[in-house]
Amino acid sequence: MASSTRVTFPNKVLPYLLLAPQLAITIVFFYWPASQAIRQSVLREDPFGLSTQFVGLGNFKRILSDPNYLNSLQVTVIFSIATAVIAMGFALLFAVMADKVIRGKGVYRTLMIWPYAVAPAIAGMLWLFLFNPSMGTFAYMIRSAGYNWDPLLNSNQAMLLVVAAAAWKQISYNFLFFVAGLQSIPKSLIEAAAIDGAGETKRFWTIIFPLLAPTTFFLLVVNTVYAFFDTFGIIHAVTGGGPGKATETLVYKVYNDGFVNLILGDSAAQSVILMVIVIGLTAIQFRYVERKVHYG
Amino acid sequence: MTFRGTSLSLALGLILASSTSSFAVTEISWWHAMTGANNEVVETLSKEFNESQSDYKVVPVFKGTYPETLNAGIAAFRAKQAPHIMQVFDAGTGVMMGAEGAIKPVADILSMGGAKFDKSLYLPGIVAYYSKPDGTMLSFPYNSSSPILYYNKDIFKKAGLDENNPPKTWPEVWEAAKKIKTSGAAKCGYTSTWLTWIHTENFAAWNNVSYGTNENGIAGTDVELKINAPIYVKHFQELADLAKDGTFRYGGRTSEAKPLFLSGECGIFTESSGGLGDVVKSGMNYGTGQLPYDPDAKGAPQNTTPGGASLWVFAGKSDAEYKGVAAFFTFLSRTDIQARLHQVSGYLPVTLAAYEDTKKSGFYDKNPAREIPIKQMMGKAPTENSKGVRLPNLPQVRDIENEEFENMLSGKQTAQQALDNAVKRGNAAIKQANGQ
Repeated sequence: MASSTRVTFPNKVLPYLLLAPQLAITIVFFYWPASQAIRQSVLREDPFGLSTQFVGLGNFKRILSDPNYLNSLQVTVIFSIATAVIAMGFALLFAVMADKVIRGKGVYRTLMIWPYAVAPAIAGMLWLFLFNPSMGTFAYMIRSAGYNWDPLLNSNQAMLLVVAAAAWKQISYNFLFFVAGLQSIPKSLIEAAAIDGAGETKRFWTIIFPLLAPTTFFLLVVNTVYAFFDTFGIIHAVTGGGPGKATETLVYKVYNDGFVNLILGDSAAQSVILMVIVIGLTAIQFRYVERKVHYG
Repeated sequence: MTFRGTSLSLALGLILASSTSSFAVTEISWWHAMTGANNEVVETLSKEFNESQSDYKVVPVFKGTYPETLNAGIAAFRAKQAPHIMQVFDAGTGVMMGAEGAIKPVADILSMGGAKFDKSLYLPGIVAYYSKPDGTMLSFPYNSSSPILYYNKDIFKKAGLDENNPPKTWPEVWEAAKKIKTSGAAKCGYTSTWLTWIHTENFAAWNNVSYGTNENGIAGTDVELKINAPIYVKHFQELADLAKDGTFRYGGRTSEAKPLFLSGECGIFTESSGGLGDVVKSGMNYGTGQLPYDPDAKGAPQNTTPGGASLWVFAGKSDAEYKGVAAFFTFLSRTDIQARLHQVSGYLPVTLAAYEDTKKSGFYDKNPAREIPIKQMMGKAPTENSKGVRLPNLPQVRDIENEEFENMLSGKQTAQQALDNAVKRGNAAIKQANGQ
């Protein structure tokens, strides 16, 4: 794009007017709450806001030395890695399979994308109904088979359940990107490799997988952000952070401290830390991903 | 522009219309957390009150679960948009009491209504819980309940237990539960909702042992928890041992264990008296009994404490509005209303007159389960251990207890470790909530 094709506005006010709705939304729904969170994070306040005290970085100091916070950080890392790996692994497998299908390609793809339309809280409820030890159908079958299925008390099973629910929902999204990625790989490359005698597995690992790398990297960032921030509904519906604190992620802890325990300062400080994390992740995405992905 | 013009005048007209109507009727907003049949009760009561007079109009608004309603109220207060009346669950009582500038004591409001407020008309156990240490009643008890024991008569018969004789003490419950399990009458012997409310808070009151210093927080917010005393440790270790082979099944932190009993998977069940409706609806052959106690505890059974919710009134409203609130509360206290509320919904009656009325009508002969919680609460005058538990952050302390219980029931720690941890973490959280 040369500069000669740049559109210029003779009117000085119009561009700002056109930008105004977008700016207003950003200010109201992002900058305003974010600034409130930062303000709240340096204050100590009772729930009703009757007495307010400036404590500087006191809230941050307390959180970072709280073993429960470090625990929820660890839970978040395990949860995010497991969710991202499972969601991406299955999506890639399904995408490769769907790519080979000749008849009914569209139907497969459409069905694969459906779960993405399910809201996190609903996804959580679905899995809960299937696997809740008191009323779940699958839970009943597992128990009948003699396996002691009890995610209410067994932390590993609880983690498995929320990871499965979170990954299930995200597979669709990843699938879509992997299918697009596969389509952009020139068929001639693969055919050439086949003629040279490379088997299917070899072709996948030496040609397809490396060429999908930009997509994979992009999805890794997106999935991590998803696991960090968008899975609150699932955890809230399925485990409520329990048993013990086994599935209390950082976002869940922000909610719990702010809205159940009514400690607004601690909760705000935690969300400021989360804000820093998401800014970091976005920076990584722009720096490394945008450069390497070629939108052909 | 014509469209904008008409919509503007329309809006103006609406504003005028609504403001003229508000000259005649004072609106009283009531935020609540009642769902299903209980929500219908709220709607009916408001409608009946609105039709009974023409000065005030109560507008009920459903705001979600108990914690969500509390949060909505707090957020609204901070935004200076608080409702007049808000329903707050038992555990939120301490939170509301800590906010002196935000609320108006119900005792003051009731006397503003003209009639002199007479505390002795109300059930003492309930009123004590919602009053300040000096005796001022702060909130209006709306739906109160207490934990009782339910059991499945068919399972009892199958296990060779006396179906007309429910277990009265915890050792008897353990025995019966083991028999149910070993005889194969059911997969699990015993389950319970709300371990915190039933097995710590009511356990303390019913066995007359301390839950925490300062009369369990009723006398002051500075509380040190005492729930790692030997009697609790013994009780929870027994529970943890029973959990190992599934004789006791854990259902969840709040009411999630209910399906385990309703589906016939567990034979014995402790749950709020407010849960009776679902048990009746399931059509099962059930029996009820008093909450079990520890026979080694001196003076047990003492009395149980109220759970449920009460109505709080926010500060900063006009006198006319408070008069409306007073009129509504006086309406709610009416004997016929209270008697009906009690008989239909299963909540405890708030006034003694409503209780006597129901008794005289012979209602309890047909529905003995409805009287159990009242008898449990009124049997003895409350001691310093049995007025209830009130902490500035009870929801948080309950969460801490639940986390430790879960780690105990999964075998990660003993009852002693679980309760020691709960006390240590709970005390730190209470200190923080008190601003220390």
